[in-house]
Amino acid sequence: MLRFIVRRLLLTIPLLVGISLISFLMIHLAPGGPISIATDLNPRATADARARLEKYYGLDRPLHVQYARWLERMATLDFGDSFSPDGRPVAQKIRERIPITLTINVLSMGLILLVAIPIGIYSAVHRGSLFDRASTVFVFTGFSIPTFWLALLLMILFGVKLGWLPISGIGSLDYQSLGLAGKIADRARHLLLPVLLAGFSGLAGMSRYMRSNMLEVIRQDYIASARAKGLPERKVVYRHAMRNAVLPVITILGLSVPDLLGGSVIFETIFAIPGMGQLFYQGVMSRDYPLIMGILTIGAFLTLLGNLLADVGYALADPRIRQG
Amino acid sequence: MRRPSRGFAFLPALALFAILAGCGGGKKEAPRENAAAVPDVPAYGDMIVEGSIGDISGFLSAVTSDAASHEAAGYVFNGLVRYDKDLRLEGALARSWDISPDGKKITFHLRRNVKWQDGAPFTSADVMFTYRRMIDPRTPTPYGEDFRQVKRARAPDPYTFVAEYARPFAPALASWGMDILPKHLLEMYPDISKSPLNKKPVGTGPYRFVEWRTGEKVVYDANPDYFEGKPYIARVVTRIIPDQATMFLELLSGGVDIMDLTPPQYTRQTDTPGFKGSFNKYKYLASAYTYLGFRLSHPFFKDRRVRQAIAFATDKKALIEGVLLGLGQEATGPYKPGTWAYDPDVRKYPHDPAKARELLAEAGWKEKDADGVLRKDGRRFEFTVMTNAGNEARSKTAAILQQNLAEVGIRMRIQTVEWAAFINQFIDKRAFDAVILGWSLSPDPDQYEIWHSSKTGPKELNFIGFSNPEVDKLLEEGRSTFDIGKRKKAYFRIQEILAEEQPYVFLYVPDALPVVQKRFHGIDPAPAGISYNFPKWYVPKALQKYRIQP
Repeated sequence: MLRFIVRRLLLTIPLLVGISLISFLMIHLAPGGPISIATDLNPRATADARARLEKYYGLDRPLHVQYARWLERMATLDFGDSFSPDGRPVAQKIRERIPITLTINVLSMGLILLVAIPIGIYSAVHRGSLFDRASTVFVFTGFSIPTFWLALLLMILFGVKLGWLPISGIGSLDYQSLGLAGKIADRARHLLLPVLLAGFSGLAGMSRYMRSNMLEVIRQDYIASARAKGLPERKVVYRHAMRNAVLPVITILGLSVPDLLGGSVIFETIFAIPGMGQLFYQGVMSRDYPLIMGILTIGAFLTLLGNLLADVGYALADPRIRQG
Repeated sequence: MRRPSRGFAFLPALALFAILAGCGGGKKEAPRENAAAVPDVPAYGDMIVEGSIGDISGFLSAVTSDAASHEAAGYVFNGLVRYDKDLRLEGALARSWDISPDGKKITFHLRRNVKWQDGAPFTSADVMFTYRRMIDPRTPTPYGEDFRQVKRARAPDPYTFVAEYARPFAPALASWGMDILPKHLLEMYPDISKSPLNKKPVGTGPYRFVEWRTGEKVVYDANPDYFEGKPYIARVVTRIIPDQATMFLELLSGGVDIMDLTPPQYTRQTDTPGFKGSFNKYKYLASAYTYLGFRLSHPFFKDRRVRQAIAFATDKKALIEGVLLGLGQEATGPYKPGTWAYDPDVRKYPHDPAKARELLAEAGWKEKDADGVLRKDGRRFEFTVMTNAGNEARSKTAAILQQNLAEVGIRMRIQTVEWAAFINQFIDKRAFDAVILGWSLSPDPDQYEIWHSSKTGPKELNFIGFSNPEVDKLLEEGRSTFDIGKRKKAYFRIQEILAEEQPYVFLYVPDALPVVQKRFHGIDPAPAGISYNFPKWYVPKALQKYRIQP
């Protein structure tokens, strides 16, 4: 088992380098560059100023030299400094954005599991029932409704008309002066709408997946024999069927590890949440190469790690994979 | 990300009125309004929350280039000069200045008793330091050029600073609106952008920096030692709210006190008694205009009559109605109506399709296709207009123009392209027929970079390839004298020529539409907008919403 993991870990290194090379080339293919924002169509920026800025950021070097320098820094886990005028280290910029994105994603993922698994199971067991059909409509409404529109409607209702919830942001203006309990309550009030909405839009996938798993399992011979030996239906469903149906969900969770750190731009924009999605979007729009590369590399690493976790999970569950 | 017209975007002295944001206030509690009953006397205290679309990227305006950052710097820093309510230069850190008779030497007399917010005195050494850093290649600034014109700089005593130029250069004076940096806090950092001051500024301005939470908010407190007196409003919070619809809801619910409205918000969503009871809306011409620019080497647009015909075919009134919901003015040239350089009497192009057809016929566009498109020597009058994606006003403008031009037999296709690609692949490579773009205007009328025939190289701003020897000469004249009378004459003549030549069809000047919560008093709209006297805004004691302990 250990050898399996070590081998897989070693394999990720060339993969990571390959991914970073492709990303690096891709972002340099995009028209414009980090200094365009400051200098394009700016009457006060002369060719001279432009050349100076290019030299300052090392953009005057050939592409392969730039990549080699980036790789060299990465080898010591140094993400470099952002090209944005604040010039802060990329690692620091990412670090300050991760907590809020992680919180929202973990909470909404938890919400999804909490709601989608029961819906999926119940729909499968009572296939074709009114509940099955109604829940299908419900989850697909969540899946297909434009989040930004629903978000605005909820903001108008709860924020403007009723005044129960804050509209946007992640903390009140007096957040700093609140006690711990006050801080938690304040943060919770701010996160309620975003988490609910993110959960609502993500229900469909998980609940449909759960439903089809459950349908698959219920058709198995061992369920028939469980029923045949006279077990009550509750026991058949919850002890024998459900466990087996839930198992693959764990794989899905492994694969969604990178999603936990990736924020949605639209979502964060509409709720004014300073998360990873906005950071990445701004990075791309201003061609902040070190920042883009940093986020992409972390994303690639987490994806590979998630794959590995899923494989290890499988290997633990299925001896055939371990031997192979 | 809001990407307005580029160019002239930088003007630190103006940072305060690059109003991206708004103010307003009041929780949902019934408007404690009743202004009549409240004694209207200035009082210290309260807080203003402004909404901003974008986060700032740093406080040192020398190294930032976005409007939000320049506005932020405007709270904390001062230049030697700034623009007053009528957009004329006045002293800020400089009490006054003299210009030598030959126009080559500017002597600034600095204010005494100005203190940096850490208590250190402000002197000419700080000005000298700022100048040196502006021309230092280690400073990543796009704005060094104006300072490289300085032949020699001297600081003969702590309160005098002298800049000598090789030749008289009128825009030089405005360039000293650049934020002056504290030498004692920055001299140990060879690259100022990497200094702590870029994140935690210490300046001479009306507000002191308190905190910046990335992507969330920036907080400032009033500077009790500000050289023009302590500002009334005790605290300023800039909240970063990237979505305009969300920001508007925040305004309605009291989470934001001041912001800029869009034309639909101004005309349709805020025209209720409830809204008017809690907010004051303002409307004045923005310092910007939108134009249709031609690549002048294009075979169709080489002919002046064709450009004039397109100007006559353009229904500017319909554009203003359709795009701005009536909130704007027709543009007749590259200056803002009402400013001293603006010539109101240039040739106008009212909507006149018949006249347009006549001019086109004169230029040889006589035959028509079966589908009504003009033809000349076997070529159909078809071209593509390009604009940047994500700018709704410009896309709408293009759609209306398309219809206007179809009326006179010209087929115009529309293509929108993402900003960076638009600039790099099309503008820089001159790979366009015509473009719809905008310029924001600085109060100084020098537009050498845009119209001079020497500025047609790659990455330069005369990308339409305009070349007119008389305009060249006038541009040189206009920037080489400080005499307003002489400058005015030069710029008026330039506007006459541009109106005749129509290298751009000047379309419209939009209105700026800020809205401010009613409890804020002392706002006095002027040509410069509303923010120029921000330190003098106040909330009468009885109307104050927040208690601020400094």
